[in-house]
Amino acid sequence: MIPEVGHFALIIALCLAIVQTIVPILGAQTNTSQWMVVAKPAARGHFLFLVISYICLTYSFIKSDFSVLYVAMHSNTALPLHYKISAVWGAHEGSLLLWVLMLGAWTFAVTLFSRSLPNNMVARVLGVMGFVSVGFLLFMLLTSNPFERIFPVPLEGKDLNPLLQDPGLVIHPPMLYMGYVGFSVAFAISIAALLGGKLDSAWARWSRPWAIFAWVFLTIGITLGSWWAYHELGWGGWWFWDPVENASFMPWLVGTALIHSLAVSEKRSSFKSWTVLLSILAFSLSLLGTFLVRSGVLVSVHAFATDPARGIYILIFLAVVVGGSLLLYALRAPHIKSIGQFDLFSRETALLLNNVLLLVAMFTILVGTLYPLFLDALNAGKISVGPPYFNAVFVPLMLPLVLIVGIGPFMRWKKASLTEVAKKLIKIFIIGLVIGIALPLMVGGKTSILVAIGITLGGWSIAAAIYYLLRNFFKTEKNILQHLTKLPRATYGMAIAHFGIGVFVFGVTFVNAFQQEKELPMETGQRVEMSGYEFELKGIANVKGPNYSSKQARVNVYKQDKHIATLLPEKRTYLVQQNPMTEAGIDTGFLRDIYVAMGEQINENAWGMRLYYKPFVQWIWLGASLMALGGLIAALDRRYRLKLKKSKPVVETVKTSSKVATAS
Amino acid sequence: MNKFLVPVVLFFVLVGFLFIGLYKDPSEVPSPLIDKPAPQFSLPMLNNVGMFTDKVFLGKVSLLNVWGTWCFACREEHPILNKLAAQKIVPIYGLNYKDVASEAKKYLETYGNPYTANAFDENGRVGIEWGVYGAPETFIIDKKGIIRYKHIGPLSQKDLDSTILPKIKQLNNEAS
Repeated sequence: MIPEVGHFALIIALCLAIVQTIVPILGAQTNTSQWMVVAKPAARGHFLFLVISYICLTYSFIKSDFSVLYVAMHSNTALPLHYKISAVWGAHEGSLLLWVLMLGAWTFAVTLFSRSLPNNMVARVLGVMGFVSVGFLLFMLLTSNPFERIFPVPLEGKDLNPLLQDPGLVIHPPMLYMGYVGFSVAFAISIAALLGGKLDSAWARWSRPWAIFAWVFLTIGITLGSWWAYHELGWGGWWFWDPVENASFMPWLVGTALIHSLAVSEKRSSFKSWTVLLSILAFSLSLLGTFLVRSGVLVSVHAFATDPARGIYILIFLAVVVGGSLLLYALRAPHIKSIGQFDLFSRETALLLNNVLLLVAMFTILVGTLYPLFLDALNAGKISVGPPYFNAVFVPLMLPLVLIVGIGPFMRWKKASLTEVAKKLIKIFIIGLVIGIALPLMVGGKTSILVAIGITLGGWSIAAAIYYLLRNFFKTEKNILQHLTKLPRATYGMAIAHFGIGVFVFGVTFVNAFQQEKELPMETGQRVEMSGYEFELKGIANVKGPNYSSKQARVNVYKQDKHIATLLPEKRTYLVQQNPMTEAGIDTGFLRDIYVAMGEQINENAWGMRLYYKPFVQWIWLGASLMALGGLIAALDRRYRLKLKKSKPVVETVKTSSKVATAS
Repeated sequence: MNKFLVPVVLFFVLVGFLFIGLYKDPSEVPSPLIDKPAPQFSLPMLNNVGMFTDKVFLGKVSLLNVWGTWCFACREEHPILNKLAAQKIVPIYGLNYKDVASEAKKYLETYGNPYTANAFDENGRVGIEWGVYGAPETFIIDKKGIIRYKHIGPLSQKDLDSTILPKIKQLNNEAS
């Protein structure tokens, strides 16, 4: 019964989504307010039925109802409860359901926080989001119904893919999807603005927190994915340029460009058609990511589903949504007027450069990801593009970007003075440079120009972010404590995020330059020395988990004969799917990780072992988390919330007016 | 022309490629070398003893496996190769592709050596002649030294049972 309820709720949700699409948009075009007001109740009902449907599927998983094909394929009675719940999004059908559920949640949030918007705008925004939902719901109901039954009912389920049985992977997909889907709000706002032909700075101010929230989720999602790969794949790497990773990274790059470009549109009424294009691109790349993952056009360790019928459907949907919006853009964008003018040396230019670098980076990744497909489609042969390409093109683009990250905040809008900025920053840059040259020499090992540049830039953006905050604290005569609370959150947010970039660059450079690794057979009792640490293999034990059996090595780590950690790397075999899985043993530290993974068994008491010493590796995720934290704080800035309490769109609040006044 | 049309035009070009891509299997690669004699070459052995030439393939059915220590997927198929070598059905020759000799030797000591002999293709020249796209790749060569089949990517037990072993059996029955 319950699965049928879920299925039926999904159909009702589809009907409501159709209403939510057609009626309000027609209402807005014909200026019929009775039709426009349908948007909110339809959107809320649509969300309610998605929640019901989602709960039904989760219930089937918890109860191990193997008469539901999807549950039988991806669960098992021995699966621990928390993995049963997360198994809902462990494969194609369920992750689509999660996708639309989140779209519904974002739509619901829009109905709550849109009181300041004109009615026709709300109607159009919700209508566009409804349309996206219609596409996905139809896709599910036609090709990928998660509630399909099977008969005869199997006694036992096939279990969840062991790769996904990890705490990191429990939260990684929801965060990633929240980010993907979150860009639909900025997208819908832009499409609504194009339909209505009204793009003012209120549009940008309204769009901005939504875009930042989506960006924050995407940042967290990607960070978790990378952290998971580090723990679970057993190679000590944290980024593989895998097509699916790229699929999530491309919307992130465009999203980053978008939140910066929105700043210019909001404060300077400039870059408007560019910002609209970015918001369309960010969401289009999210859809493209879904297509790439779900259609199987690219080989990847992630490709769970390969089915041309599904691929064709998503492709048609992609063509309609993205093609339609880009066409609308081509028709309307020529009429968008950007007012603000700016000098060559100004904050606008810095942000423009930021946008250009991020977009070029995105295109190089897009080309690298799809190049094998292009060649194949032209029958020109098959190739694969690996990390060397991506590193070679991506790193040189990011170096100038990190340099600008430090300078940009110190530049004035419209016209900045080169000497003034240089005077402020020269000391900061020297600090960065000294760190960049001295630190690698102190650590020793092979240092190169690129290492020095990386560390200089890391130190530079950290120092510049701190200096920026300090300057803001001491700028006024007010007492510091008072000023501390008065400073807009956006300022804190930006400084923290830029600080995070420095931390991230630091971590990446250090790991790449100074990590040590050894791969060797080890016998029990054997001691191996590396980077000042001694590793002793104490023994291998058989361990039994709820749904796997495992060989667990016990490795003691000593530094100068002092025992500092006992690591327990594992080689698991999951009983149902018989896949071997590696669990690395990691001693995490602020300045270094010690990482041990098991390879293959050689004989009774010898195993191939991989030992790694990874300096500053945690800084990679720390930096990324700081970026997300900075974004979160910025999105909670008072000026976005202030206007929510008022019924009419606010012209300008006092706090931001000084900068906008010249624009209008 | 309206410059704002550029994104939509580019997008539909992309959709066209994606559409064709849907009907291609990304793991299936045709090789122009199938049914052609193995390219001539001469390389040092990995263990420095003598030279490895294309003459070794004559007179028996053999496998040539392209591998490198840098290649993750090779590690995945390594146990399968070890198992196949232990059955002594077919000699497995290795083409150690774009690798460092000392690491390759260490690798074989650590994980076992399924290879009858290994050619050391340091700069990948011979790999290019053989049309290698990336490791691992496995060729089946017949008694006359003609390439008859090519497998791209790591070999699984399923690949062995369903394709490789039947192919070897069939070639063994052919007259030399």
